[in-house]
Amino acid sequence: MHPDSRHPDPRPLVLSLTGITKRFGSLVANDAIDLDVRAGEIVALLGENGAGKTTLMSILFGHYIADEGSVSIADADGKLAPLPGGSAQAALAAGIGMVHQHFALAENLTGFENIVLGTQSLWSLKLRGRGARAKISRLMAESGLAVDLDVPVARLSVGEQQRIEILKALYRDVRVLILDEPTAVLTPQEADSLAATVRALAGKGLAVIFISHKLHEVLALCERVVVLRGGAKVADRPTAGADRATLAELMVGRAIPPRERPPSIPGAPVLSLKSVSVGAPSARDRLEDADLEVCGGEIVGIAGVSGNGQGALAALVAGLAAPRAGEALLDGARLAAADPAGRVAAGVGRIPEDRHRDGTIGALTVAENFVLETIAAPENQRAGLLRRAAIRARAAEAIKAYDVRCPGPEAAIRALSGGNMQKVVLARVLERAPRLVLAHQPTRGLDIGATTDVHRRLIAARGRGAAVLLISEDLDELFALSDRIAVVHAGHLSPALPAEGLDVRTVGLMMAGHGVGEAA
Amino acid sequence: MWEALDILTQANFWAATLRIATPLIFGVLGALLCERAGVLNLGIEGIFVAGALSGWLAVYLGLPLWGGVLVAAGVGAAFGLLHGVLTVPLGLSQHVTGIGVTLLATSLAYFGYRVAFPNVATPPRIEPFAPLDVPVLGELPFIGPILAQQTGFTVLAFACVGGLAFVLARTPLGLALRAVGDNPEAVEAQGLSVVGLRIGAVMAGSALMALGGAFLTLSAFNAFYFGMINGRGWVCIALTVFASWRPGKALLGALLFGALDAYQLRVQTIAGGVVPSQIFLMLPYIFSIAALVLVARRADYPRALMKPYFKGQR
Repeated sequence: MHPDSRHPDPRPLVLSLTGITKRFGSLVANDAIDLDVRAGEIVALLGENGAGKTTLMSILFGHYIADEGSVSIADADGKLAPLPGGSAQAALAAGIGMVHQHFALAENLTGFENIVLGTQSLWSLKLRGRGARAKISRLMAESGLAVDLDVPVARLSVGEQQRIEILKALYRDVRVLILDEPTAVLTPQEADSLAATVRALAGKGLAVIFISHKLHEVLALCERVVVLRGGAKVADRPTAGADRATLAELMVGRAIPPRERPPSIPGAPVLSLKSVSVGAPSARDRLEDADLEVCGGEIVGIAGVSGNGQGALAALVAGLAAPRAGEALLDGARLAAADPAGRVAAGVGRIPEDRHRDGTIGALTVAENFVLETIAAPENQRAGLLRRAAIRARAAEAIKAYDVRCPGPEAAIRALSGGNMQKVVLARVLERAPRLVLAHQPTRGLDIGATTDVHRRLIAARGRGAAVLLISEDLDELFALSDRIAVVHAGHLSPALPAEGLDVRTVGLMMAGHGVGEAA
Repeated sequence: MWEALDILTQANFWAATLRIATPLIFGVLGALLCERAGVLNLGIEGIFVAGALSGWLAVYLGLPLWGGVLVAAGVGAAFGLLHGVLTVPLGLSQHVTGIGVTLLATSLAYFGYRVAFPNVATPPRIEPFAPLDVPVLGELPFIGPILAQQTGFTVLAFACVGGLAFVLARTPLGLALRAVGDNPEAVEAQGLSVVGLRIGAVMAGSALMALGGAFLTLSAFNAFYFGMINGRGWVCIALTVFASWRPGKALLGALLFGALDAYQLRVQTIAGGVVPSQIFLMLPYIFSIAALVLVARRADYPRALMKPYFKGQR
């Protein structure tokens, strides 16, 4: 089945990268990478963080100039012509379109305005609307991408914004469409509809490069998969005959041990919410009349598209917000006020959603970040003076125990990779043996190795008898870790049901509002 | 008491309102153009001074009045280029750079004036813009006398409001300007130049600010004085927020400020004996602060305002 000379693919080549090499100082981000893409083909580009996917696509899109190698793209007649490097205009003109993971949309403009932005001469006195609208309607009909074009993008949902992004590329008559982690922000239903769209587009001859780390999506959607590791191409093979384990091994370079998850032995309730409301009634991220119980020795997962109330729940547990109504109990004691230090003292371990903004202070050292939450404890200070040597020694132990890759306890935490930064946060939280662990998106942006490590630590905390509240948008993660799962939508929290009785489809529908709270 | 309300019926009061508002209209339009593109331009106060001097000096040296207007716009654009280059490709702090531009432009203008006129007791004068002679409207009661006190420069300010509103709302360029102040990545990804758009907007906006200064020396007065700008630029920065970055509302804000200022001047003569005049002088500024307090909390700032953008860095 390998695309070899015996069965040459009849479809014409539209894009050909040869020997692309890019160095940043001593780091080789791309090492002599070859990549051919044919019309109508859906190719997955797979790799861990730092494997070189983004660099390669940035070269293709003109953000970087390759040190060596060349990019050729088919012109209108199908003949390959070299693409000048370093120019986004040239890439756009040659028919390369990219849908970024973080959308490149001006939110104060409407969808229509975003689509036509930059397609007409800046000095023309009139925005030509009618022809553009006709073309967009045709594209919408062909691709099945329906979206309201005349409201500001800020008012569209994430899925709708993504449709605008794809239409933006199609409007420019792209021949190669790059989708960068397109499903990371979508519900499973939205992801299905995106997959259908991508198949339809490929059926019309569009070449699609699909960047993802969700292996099941890659296997379901793509016909060929290219794996990058450490800047080099380590595999280029059809997806037929591949499975998740082989792809994961290719990505990471070693076998991934299966996750071990002993059965749960739930203890007494640690956190219990009774008809709790948090946040202003007008706020989008709020909680209304929520009931939830998390017991020692179990992991309760909260699914939902972010901004639906999980932020309010996390704020309540972390002590950043007080309940507006209802009763919240931690080990039987009422949580009435917003009192972050009180929560920490009461045994809440907090892994915040944004480790850069809330989890660490970039300018401080690893050791200082390690003791941030317990700075007033006697082991860390005496008469108002920091016990630097003691702090450094314990941080050094934690660095060893949690396998934090860093120059040492005195390194600025800013210089650490996301995965290592998260390990410092984990060490800070778990070293204190908390009663309740609040894990808010604990693996977002981490690669497989670091993710596996975080998961292992959370399961270990549960085994120790801690209650774990896991808030995540990643359904695979929720199903892999949780004993019970609740879904939050528009401020309403569903009952937490045993994970064995649920499947991804059902939870996905609930995330979209079916059967949660008033929508029931 | 009735006298205080009677002021509102005087054509003279409305004529003064327009005269006071005109430089503010230019200033707010300039500031909102810069900010729509994502650049705060605190050089405005100094650019007013530089525009006032350069326009006036050009006419004093023999250029026609409209030639002086062009010179002022060019000088404004030059300071805009300086501010733009420092803040856009180099990404320096927009606050600090703007204050620096204000200090530089103000000092250069005063220095230039002193070099040109080392020993004058009374400031030299020019023949300023003459009031308009409007054919039909000028005959109307009430409206006629108001128009009879205005000059072509004020007409230009109103034309700029319409022009800028049209460009922002209806043209591809306006679309790109609004986009670059909200999300420069979106502009870059569509193959447009963030740096080009932003510097262009700052230059055009600064030219408008300089026109506000030139109006004072070429139309409202006929000479250049030290301290004649007197904080008008800063008022424009506040009015920009009040205007929610919309040209139409900018006009409204400038007119409101102008009306309050014209009103307080006249009320002083009525109530002057009872209330200290300084209280009245404060009125327009108290209005600005009150309006800001009311509006700014809900203000929808351009999302990328004051955020430098570097290509390829996400």
